Amino acid sequence: MSEDLEAKGRAFLEWLDKLGGITRRWLVKSDDHTDPRYGRVPTDRSIEESIRKGLIVVDKPPGPTSHEVVAWIKRMFGVEKAGHGGTLEPTPTVGVGGETRR
Amino acid sequence: MHSVKEYVALMELHRDVDPDRVVETLKMFVGKIYQRPPLRSSVKRALRIREIYSIDVLEIEGRHVLFKVRCQSGTYIRKLCHDVGLILGVEAHMRELRRIATAHFREEHAHTLQEVSEALYAWRELKYEELLRKILMPAEALVAHLPKIVIKDGAVDAIAHGAQLAVPGISRLHEGISKGDLVAIFTLKGELVALGKALMSSEEMLQSSKGIAVNVTRVFMEPGTYPRMWKRRKEVGEKS
Repeated sequence: MSEDLEAKGRAFLEWLDKLGGITRRWLVKSDDHTDPRYGRVPTDRSIEESIRKGLIVVDKPPGPTSHEVVAWIKRMFGVEKAGHGGTLEPTPTVGVGGETRR
Repeated sequence: MHSVKEYVALMELHRDVDPDRVVETLKMFVGKIYQRPPLRSSVKRALRIREIYSIDVLEIEGRHVLFKVRCQSGTYIRKLCHDVGLILGVEAHMRELRRIATAHFREEHAHTLQEVSEALYAWRELKYEELLRKILMPAEALVAHLPKIVIKDGAVDAIAHGAQLAVPGISRLHEGISKGDLVAIFTLKGELVALGKALMSSEEMLQSSKGIAVNVTRVFMEPGTYPRMWKRRKEVGEKS
């Protein structure tokens, strides 16, 4: 069974649209194929690539600051350095979580 | 990220108040409100306007009021509780606060540090990747809320070098894009290539056969991921 990369790509973008709350329809200008030799559908990335090109939503515990939590996450993944050349910083984190007040 | 935030907050009133009055007063804050950042803040303490999109009172038990609030980034919920107390004439303070969403990232996408630690351990020591895969979201998720344009393979490397996106390079696009909109450019495989400002509307991009559609403002893909393809008289991206 051939890998229908175009269909996988479409499905991934539909998932993205749903995540982002987008209800816009797609307008098709032309029917194109994509070369399997270059690039990867995000869902097919290796685990290492997923880490480099990924993000985590962290449920932050009360107490530590967001900055501290981000530093811990970076240390856990072993990505101390920020990305260069216009690439996204490896494993950016987005926060969710609690802060208790007395 | 200066985007919409959603919180669940626990407010404690300092005296007994009729629950109906509490709900009524909280609802008054839906819409645009004035706030001055508290003493302990990193921003300039100038009076500023912030918008509250919705408030839902979840539970009232005695002097404790549990409510959900959806608001603009930079809104101080602590100040909101204080002001509600002032209006009710009884004084009130925020006892507990939990952010449950940032833009489109919600609690259901979140993982604790323990889960992250275990997933990393499972991968490194036990060679089991699945826990880690479940936790990682593709970076593309950051731009999930933006209108998208999918480009042909032949156009990718040029865009990855910062070139403007010309109409012939477009394969598919979202409807409803207006001139000036921030758009996200993707490959046919769903990889994020770049962000840019639309120079045409969706309709124009669809109907035109030439012209510059998007001015690229930020590149995310490594140049060289896709091969450089020279412009030919044939349609860019067409297999030879």
